Amino acid sequence: MLKNRIIPCLDVKNGRVVKGINFVDLKDAGDPVEQAKIYSDGGADEICFLDITASNENRDTIYEVVDKTSKKCFVPLTVGGGVRSIDDINKLLNCGADKVSINTAAVQNAKVVEDSSRKFGSQCIVVAIDAKRKDDGWEIFTHGGRNPTGINALEFASKMEKCGAGELLVTSMDKDGTQSGYDIELMQKISSMVNIPVIASGGVGTLDHLVDGIKSGASAVLAASIFHYGTYSVNEAKQYLASKDIPVRI
Amino acid sequence: MDVTIVDYKSGNISSVINSFKEVAKDKVNIEVTSDLNKIKSSDKVVLPGQGSFKSCIEGLNSINGLIDTLNEFALNNKKPLLGICVGLQMFADVGYEEVETKGLGWISGKVSKIDNQDGKYKLPHIGWNQINIVKDSKIFKDIENNSHMYFVHSYEFIPKDNSVTTATTDYASNIVCAVEKENIFGTQFHPEKSDKTGLKIIDNFINL
Repeated sequence: MLKNRIIPCLDVKNGRVVKGINFVDLKDAGDPVEQAKIYSDGGADEICFLDITASNENRDTIYEVVDKTSKKCFVPLTVGGGVRSIDDINKLLNCGADKVSINTAAVQNAKVVEDSSRKFGSQCIVVAIDAKRKDDGWEIFTHGGRNPTGINALEFASKMEKCGAGELLVTSMDKDGTQSGYDIELMQKISSMVNIPVIASGGVGTLDHLVDGIKSGASAVLAASIFHYGTYSVNEAKQYLASKDIPVRI
Repeated sequence: MDVTIVDYKSGNISSVINSFKEVAKDKVNIEVTSDLNKIKSSDKVVLPGQGSFKSCIEGLNSINGLIDTLNEFALNNKKPLLGICVGLQMFADVGYEEVETKGLGWISGKVSKIDNQDGKYKLPHIGWNQINIVKDSKIFKDIENNSHMYFVHSYEFIPKDNSVTTATTDYASNIVCAVEKENIFGTQFHPEKSDKTGLKIIDNFINL
């Protein structure tokens, strides 16, 4: 039986972890490679790096991080943040990323998704959707949640599936950082509408939130803070899900 | 010993390279090449594959003499070869991804889209699934039945003769996920991404 995935996410800026695990005795708490290794040894089903480097001069730091991590961690590695072009995707894959997540570029030019999934295969193209409630639906935002687009999230999700996205990483901007749980309605709507896997993101504060995320129809749950601050380990999260009869890899 | 990973622009093979190098350490020489002479003289060959069946076959065809060299290696010289993901799928006679495309024909069968039962199952089949070992295989030495492996695919290999099947996985139906025919081995899952258990499979192949 296919298991539901738990994906810890690390925010990386200028090659360093911004929100890191601060509960373990690390030689270098800012080293993304060391943190990713802790997660993969702890049973993470996948590792996600979100590059939040703002300046262009430092953009290359992520490549080095991905290269080093992929030589130490032998679980899938997804990298997103600032991915603009086929060339960026190619570079990340060559450094050892297994999947690349695309956000702003997918909204601005759907052809990037079409072309990259044809060139590299759908399996490595994840479209990241940042959605915020508006009226009766959800609007998507680009540029790390800064720019509204007027585009309906459900329509966009469906369009990205047709363009060849292999997975959708759906983040609720209303919930992100609140630790009050995923936007369950958003996850339900998108999961039931598309035939590709959905990764739920944004808002996890407790282990029950992970359970709710899977029950909403998502194939995987992504979380940052609860793992970063050591509230729970990945293994604890998995044991809890298993105790709620949710199939996980233990 | 020389193990060659065939580089035929089949998409992303860095994870395959990293995992083989991790397992090989300094004991075994891992080459990544499309050089026909190097492939011929190596002891073992790894055939990775990402993207579509069609694009991978085109990739093999784009290197003059590569398919002949692989045929000679696997069929005439009977040296060990491991196909991963589309690398395994290409063993088939024919694949139906995008358009009907002729395969290598090493293991009789076809590659078709997984029947997702009218959307009941999401595709691609992405994530960790358990393997059901149905037949002893040399690459499964010390691998427990029901071990988790990492999968990502939408198409499945359906062999004509099921005696080549060494493991299946349950997703919508029983999907063939590992085969062995004499010196030819294949996994639909990604041992290079399946953590310690996956690395053990790679180790078993290197130590054949």
